[in-house]
Amino acid sequence: MSRAERDARGAGAGDEGDGPGAGAVVGAGVAVGAGAGVGAGTGADVGVGAGAGTGTGAGARGMRARKAVGPVRPVSPLWSWGLLRSELGVTFRRWRTLALLAVLAGVPVLIGVAVKVETGDGSTGSGGQGGGPAFFAQITHNGLFLVFAALAATLPVFLPMAVGVVAGDAVAGEAGAGTLRYLLIAPAGRARLLLVKYVGTLAFCLVATLVVAASALATGALLFPVGEVMTISGVPIGLGEGLLRVVAIALAAAASLIGFAALCLFVSTLTHSGIAAMAASVGLLITVQILDTIPQLHAIHPYLFPHYWLSFADLLREPVFWDDLAKNLGLQGAYAAVFGAAAWARFTTRDITT
Amino acid sequence: MDELTGGERGSAASVAEPVIATRGLTKRFRGGQLAVDGLDLSVPAGSVFGFLGPNGSEKTTTIRMLMGLIEPTSGTARVLGRPMPAAARTVLPHVGALIEGPALYGFLSGRDNLLRYDAADPTADPRTRGARVAAALDRVGLTPAGAKKARAYSLGMKQRLGLAAALLQPRELLVLDEPTNGLDPQGMREIRSLVRELAAEGTTVFLSSHLLDEIEQVCTHAAVMAGGRLITQGAVADLAAGARGRLVVSTPDTGEAARVLKERGVTDLEVGDGRVTGAAPKTSGPGLAELNAALVHAGVRVTGFGAERASLEDAFVALTGEGFDVTG
Repeated sequence: MSRAERDARGAGAGDEGDGPGAGAVVGAGVAVGAGAGVGAGTGADVGVGAGAGTGTGAGARGMRARKAVGPVRPVSPLWSWGLLRSELGVTFRRWRTLALLAVLAGVPVLIGVAVKVETGDGSTGSGGQGGGPAFFAQITHNGLFLVFAALAATLPVFLPMAVGVVAGDAVAGEAGAGTLRYLLIAPAGRARLLLVKYVGTLAFCLVATLVVAASALATGALLFPVGEVMTISGVPIGLGEGLLRVVAIALAAAASLIGFAALCLFVSTLTHSGIAAMAASVGLLITVQILDTIPQLHAIHPYLFPHYWLSFADLLREPVFWDDLAKNLGLQGAYAAVFGAAAWARFTTRDITT
Repeated sequence: MDELTGGERGSAASVAEPVIATRGLTKRFRGGQLAVDGLDLSVPAGSVFGFLGPNGSEKTTTIRMLMGLIEPTSGTARVLGRPMPAAARTVLPHVGALIEGPALYGFLSGRDNLLRYDAADPTADPRTRGARVAAALDRVGLTPAGAKKARAYSLGMKQRLGLAAALLQPRELLVLDEPTNGLDPQGMREIRSLVRELAAEGTTVFLSSHLLDEIEQVCTHAAVMAGGRLITQGAVADLAAGARGRLVVSTPDTGEAARVLKERGVTDLEVGDGRVTGAAPKTSGPGLAELNAALVHAGVRVTGFGAERASLEDAFVALTGEGFDVTG
């Protein structure tokens, strides 16, 4: 693209950061090519256009003189997608992320093997007597229950801990390493970068949950018989329907992490140290989990983000009991809104000194 | 700069518009510490601009404000004719920068680091990304190490990769903060020739450094900062000329020479081994010839007589009045 063409299209691509005043500056230089300048335009074109109208006198000479002061390359339309892809690549190519996922994948295997060994020595599957964690007793009858058991075991601690590590490090880690300043002068845009970080974190929540579910499904199918699922309500459902419920439960478990992920991201915008943000996130998780078990505090329990986490079990009822599931989603949405806004307010005004 | 109102001011005014212009730029950090104090900086288009100052003179804080990383407490900054940080989205794609050394993802290869930074640029075309990354690696001589993990890079290689990131796109302005830090003499030479090359292509280069000879070698303009304030700025030749040179008299009769010069009003006298130096006389005072005549008349055996031109270093020390490693 020739310089003149670039100048002209640049006027069209002016964005929200660029007030009408600045538009007028460009206008003087761009009058000649103003017609071509509309293509990639965004909302702020109004200001630019007005400038172009007044700048006729400057002519081509003005354009050359403007060379150093602001021809604008058009914004690549798929830019945000590219940044998100890059973010996902950076997240999932990190050795630490893979280690976390490996640990999460190991939990169902551990449970499955333990249950198998425990029931393999002659004592029957009913030996659980309902004394163990949720769903453990049913695993020997149906391998699908290993998925529910594994999610019930990892959702209170392991899964959110992994999310705390990834989300806590998301902004603070980049600030500590100094890469944040180069992303911002690229310029990624602070709000956009934060959004990309949040979406990346949510992707990790989903992948982590699916890893647990997939590992549990494989282990369960390998070690135990798989068949008709007996729901909590006592009504059996077919294997196909059961598998659908498995997927729904994994999604519900992943969605349970939405609020905590936003909280961790907010913590991450407060500090320059990735380690500090991770530790604070995990500390918060444990504190809130403890608060949720103190009966005297029952008044605040419905507002604690983990309070409805185990509501995913209601998907195993026939018919499905939606009340707590809906409350859980609502609560996660509220946390995401509050802490997302707090993170945005903090991150968009913060001085980047690292 | 005020907006142009029409064609009549048009070309003449716009040619003179600086690439970086700050007015009263001030930063006070939380806790009340005044870091940058009322900076009026003006970087002409097409210049290689040296930004000098002792360590702790808040050069980097200034650069961070220009790049929109730090919000000024008061005052304005315009980069490429637009206000920062308000117009960051339109200005920064035309600015390449290396600030306080490179920062890399150690677990990514050099090439992947550049791909990551390029993906963060809204104006970067994903279709040409691979080619531009390869060209940038080539320009800084890192092509053979492009597939190597960045954590295995030496400091000099990291510095080069940081430079490559600044050169991913054609830039109007290049901001280089201490670009030769950690480089061997060979690397320093390469950076200097790269800077000259870029300047020849029309890129304005804003070069922060504490190495005076580096500034003197490549810069056309310079500014000196100390203790958060701008001490002076202008063309390098003017700055050096501004500092008064030294009068140097070579003679075996040093004591007598010093006495005669002092009588004639020469200040800042230093008596060395076979030589006496002092501040060069002002134009209003006695001329050099007159001083020489006075010396000879007093029976001083003068073997050499002349004025030494001031270097940028003299100018710098005269302005900041302190050593380089003293924090302001």
